[in-house]
Amino acid sequence: MVEATPNEWIRWVPLLPLIGAVVHGVLLAFVRKPLNRALTIALSCGTVVAAFVISAVLFAQLQALPTDARVMSDMLFTWIGTANFSADAAFLLDPLSAVMILVVTGVGSLIHIYSIGYMDDDHRDDRGFARFFCYLNLFTFSMLMLVLADNLLLMFLGWEGVGLCSYLLIGFWYSDKWNAYCGSKAFIVNRIGDFGFLLGLFLLFWSLSDADHAAIAFRDIRAAFPAIADQTVHLPSWLYFLPGFPEWKLATLIGLCFFLGAAGKSAQLPLYVWLPDAMAGPTPVSALIHAATMVTAGVYMVARMSFVYAEAPGASALIAWTGAITALFAATIAIAQTDIKKVLAYSTVSQLGFMFLAAGCGAYGAAMFHVVTHAFFKALLFLAAGSVILAMHHEQDTDKMGGLRKLLPWTHKVFLMGVLAIAGTPFFSGFFSKDEILLAAKLSHVPGHAALYAIALTTAGITAFYMFRLHFRTFLGESRAPLETRAHIHEPGMVVIGPLVILALASIFGGFLGPAAALNPLLGALNISPEDSNSFANFLAPVLSNVVHEATHSEERLLALYSVGVAAVGAALAYWMYVLAPAVPAAIRTSLGGMHKLVVNKYYVDELYDRVFVRPLVAISERVLHRFIDAGLIDGVLVNGSAAMLRGLTNGLLKYAQSGFAQSYLGWMALGTVGLLYYLVRQVA
Amino acid sequence: MFDANLLSVVSFLPLGAALLLLALDQAAKSAGSELAAPIWKVGGLAASLVTFVVSLRLWTGYDPTIADYQFVEHTPWLAEWGVNYFVGVDGISVLLILLTTFLQPIVLIASWHDIKHSLKSYVFFMLALETGMIATFAALNLFQFYLFWELMLIPMYFIIGIWGGPRRVYAAIKFFLFTMVGSLLMLVAMLVVYRLHFEQTGTFTLDLVAPPGGALPGLLDTNILPAGDVWWRTQPWLFAAFALAFGIKVPVFPFHTWLPDAHVEAPTAGSVILAGVLLKMGTYGFVRFALPLFPDASVQFAPLVFGLGLAGILYGALVAMVQKDIKKLVAYSSIAHLGFVMLGTFALNDEGLKGAVLQMVSHGLSTGALFLLVGMLYERRHTREISAFGGIAKPMPVYAAMLGIVTMSSIGLPGLNGFVGEYLILLGTFHAAPWVAVAATLGVVLAAVYMLWMVRRVVFGPVEIAENRGLIDLDLREKLVIAAVVIPIIWIGVYPQPLLTRLSAPVGEILRVMEAKRAPSALPGAPPEALQASLAEPAR
Repeated sequence: MVEATPNEWIRWVPLLPLIGAVVHGVLLAFVRKPLNRALTIALSCGTVVAAFVISAVLFAQLQALPTDARVMSDMLFTWIGTANFSADAAFLLDPLSAVMILVVTGVGSLIHIYSIGYMDDDHRDDRGFARFFCYLNLFTFSMLMLVLADNLLLMFLGWEGVGLCSYLLIGFWYSDKWNAYCGSKAFIVNRIGDFGFLLGLFLLFWSLSDADHAAIAFRDIRAAFPAIADQTVHLPSWLYFLPGFPEWKLATLIGLCFFLGAAGKSAQLPLYVWLPDAMAGPTPVSALIHAATMVTAGVYMVARMSFVYAEAPGASALIAWTGAITALFAATIAIAQTDIKKVLAYSTVSQLGFMFLAAGCGAYGAAMFHVVTHAFFKALLFLAAGSVILAMHHEQDTDKMGGLRKLLPWTHKVFLMGVLAIAGTPFFSGFFSKDEILLAAKLSHVPGHAALYAIALTTAGITAFYMFRLHFRTFLGESRAPLETRAHIHEPGMVVIGPLVILALASIFGGFLGPAAALNPLLGALNISPEDSNSFANFLAPVLSNVVHEATHSEERLLALYSVGVAAVGAALAYWMYVLAPAVPAAIRTSLGGMHKLVVNKYYVDELYDRVFVRPLVAISERVLHRFIDAGLIDGVLVNGSAAMLRGLTNGLLKYAQSGFAQSYLGWMALGTVGLLYYLVRQVA
Repeated sequence: MFDANLLSVVSFLPLGAALLLLALDQAAKSAGSELAAPIWKVGGLAASLVTFVVSLRLWTGYDPTIADYQFVEHTPWLAEWGVNYFVGVDGISVLLILLTTFLQPIVLIASWHDIKHSLKSYVFFMLALETGMIATFAALNLFQFYLFWELMLIPMYFIIGIWGGPRRVYAAIKFFLFTMVGSLLMLVAMLVVYRLHFEQTGTFTLDLVAPPGGALPGLLDTNILPAGDVWWRTQPWLFAAFALAFGIKVPVFPFHTWLPDAHVEAPTAGSVILAGVLLKMGTYGFVRFALPLFPDASVQFAPLVFGLGLAGILYGALVAMVQKDIKKLVAYSSIAHLGFVMLGTFALNDEGLKGAVLQMVSHGLSTGALFLLVGMLYERRHTREISAFGGIAKPMPVYAAMLGIVTMSSIGLPGLNGFVGEYLILLGTFHAAPWVAVAATLGVVLAAVYMLWMVRRVVFGPVEIAENRGLIDLDLREKLVIAAVVIPIIWIGVYPQPLLTRLSAPVGEILRVMEAKRAPSALPGAPPEALQASLAEPAR
């Protein structure tokens, strides 16, 4: 294992936003009048921008190191230690975390700045303004802890921290019952995932410990993992129906536990239900937490633990299939949604599915590449949607929009860039990253990989369709807004448009961080060698346990052609249905009837969970546990019953002894004790 | 000099102050007036604050590298019978004593305006209770332990019975009887161990370990057979008697029904002390006495304890979910939290035991804080029905924030105190019994369900009830009270290592003692040679 270079600057990346959050928090709790807006902005945005600058410097320092020595660390103190392990408050900066901190602080800074404009419009008191930035800073801190953590336990701290901030920010406008409900739902569904995370941690730790390699830091675990890579576990007999019964590889079991955690955080089937509802939060929150950063934490974690998944083909296959099915499933729901944020939310679930598909196929580099480009274009789309929502006075329903192209020219342009990027238009950022995923699915040896590729390709087409549909319905055609709203629609100020333009540029050109050599149009022009072209994946390669399958350049180009073709069909269909022949969608709706209803209602999954899990659990707790066992059986029969019986027995005899005063009970007790003691001593002495 | 009597000073300072106040009151009465109520209040608070400050010396003076008991005092009392005044602490009792001395001034400040009548008796009982609790944690002589264990009941009985809610008498008697039934059996078991010790060594002692300087062995050196002809002299039965007493106190399912009643009826201060400290007596008893005295039985009974602990975790959580009264909800959550402590204790490994002790402290802080917060709401609205609230984040933002932090601590958010103990417990339990840990981890999910559900309905949403619109946010006194608890909540979450280091030696010692006593030579039919020799000697 390479010695890590100590670097004391790393700690400031997470600590700066924490300072912002703590100062806000203490002032909010103990000072009647919080900071004024200018100071609030300076503190919260300043700390995040400063963290971004430090991240950029650290990134450059890391890159300057030789390829195989790109590890830096910063140790603060021992957090939790026992005889067997010591989990440190320590940071690990390697290519994987370096990329993530740049995304988190970079996109995070832009969204902080954007929020100044967005939340200012929200005419609330300064407390609300300060509270928002306090949470946002706390989130940034937690997310940075998650990605910079040097061990699993500290990662879990960040993991739960981002969940907490997500909960707080979804329910930010707490006076609405629905928002508070959505916040709690997000937290609880995430906790189900945490259940898997914790079990994975326990299993991994004790397996290593029993093999005399107790470790909890990622680099130690990675080094020690070969010692247990070939171990198997016996499944209990009631699990006979599982594939591979009765012997599983230990790595598969560990991998599955962690994947449950990832599926919760990254909204994969069957735990995706919280993410669409998370749109109840303010739009900058949706952009930062529920699109660009937090929801990709699951992908990051799988990439971080890729050495486990490399030994666990079963778990990897499940990840790939879960990802592919989630991608398709969410995309079909997105087709029929009319709320602008809901469409983007399901699109996020779908894109996260793509990332897991790549990870399951062993292409962790491709998954991370999509994490980065998706952070650009999805943050852009959400923030542009936020600009629309601001202009429409908090109207989110696209049924009431239309024709905004002329009224919001800048917003329209940047939104279109986002749509082009996510649809996979050649040489936009999404094109490069999505094609790498499709290629990985095509080449992988995961069971059913041909079907995986077909699903992914179909989903790419549907994605282009629903994204262009959203764009056309929002910006083209005639305005469907009420007249008085229409009169007040205007473009928001620079503080909102500025970050949008930067993100639009990143969405367009972000793919050139590491285009595949076969698709790189600049290869000849800039005289880059093909080996250097895939620079993003190459940079990450030392940290990841990628499964590599080679393809020729012509194959890659052919696949790219397919995907562009499918996307073009999707876009064209949307253009026909929503611009050329606006009567068609209504006709389709009536002809499909039940099917359409099913999709509009999101396949009734929320209702299903409610009937199958929530209600029975509450009913059992209330009727059986609380009323029958607690009040009826234990208290009614055992306690009060035996008391009544005793009373009946002793009524005649002992009623004089029962004076009802505790002092006298105590007196009797003391007397009895002394008597008993005396008897025993006498007897033996 | 100071250190030599430190434990006695800490233990009896509160009671001494209470007696002093009483004497002054009598003196004033004979002079025709009486001691004003504020003097009692201030005097009680001052006494508890001084006690806390003095007890800090236990933290700074404790040497975590030594496994022995420290700050030991040993004075013969009824020496002939083996009853001695014997106190001493290890890291475990240091933490619990500090928890007690820390919470005491806080509850006195919290109940500053709460107690409307018989204030003098209230202060007196609170101080007497503090002495009882500290002395119980410090006791190393079983008689002394038992004495203070029972003595504690009386002030608590009165605090619930006099200053409690409408059904306070029922709750107080239920609390008293439940605890009494268990402890009487424990007394009998203690005496059996006492006699076994005499048979083996020829001396009477109720000292748990050998006193300093003396050559006399302590009760821990007694050889108690895991099985034998005379059933009541074997480990399983003796363990069961101890476990019943401790289990009722914890409380372990299904002996828990006294707790919700006691909590609902008790005044805020009573609830805080009950949840914060008194319940820990049970778990502490397991760690200090049941495990090292009866190691074989502990191992043998571990599956049963796992089952009951697990039942407590899941059952407590599910029943908490359907409560309509906030205090009852918190009471049932306590049952769930203490289920975790039971699992950790009987995991019988380093992680589990450390986690269990840490969870005792954490639960004392977070549940104590929850009761304080519920009390603050009750003082304003005179109801604890969840449905009577809603949207109070608007009129009471600081309150809402504090409730948020404490809730997160209670559901084990990393970075706050609850996580460290819970994590270590689950980690330890996973090694001892993986499936138990899997099921217990489900309890972590459920904790989020009921706590967030409560917060959502109390704090968030629109203000629908008119009385809630005019609620006044926390005043300075209340802010100080709650901040005082929130600071250690954050501190233990961020930097628990000072606590964990103090637990290393004692936890290691308990495990070592258990291991040694379970070694082949201690198995049935082969008492250690030293013991055989002493058995041969004629009794006095």
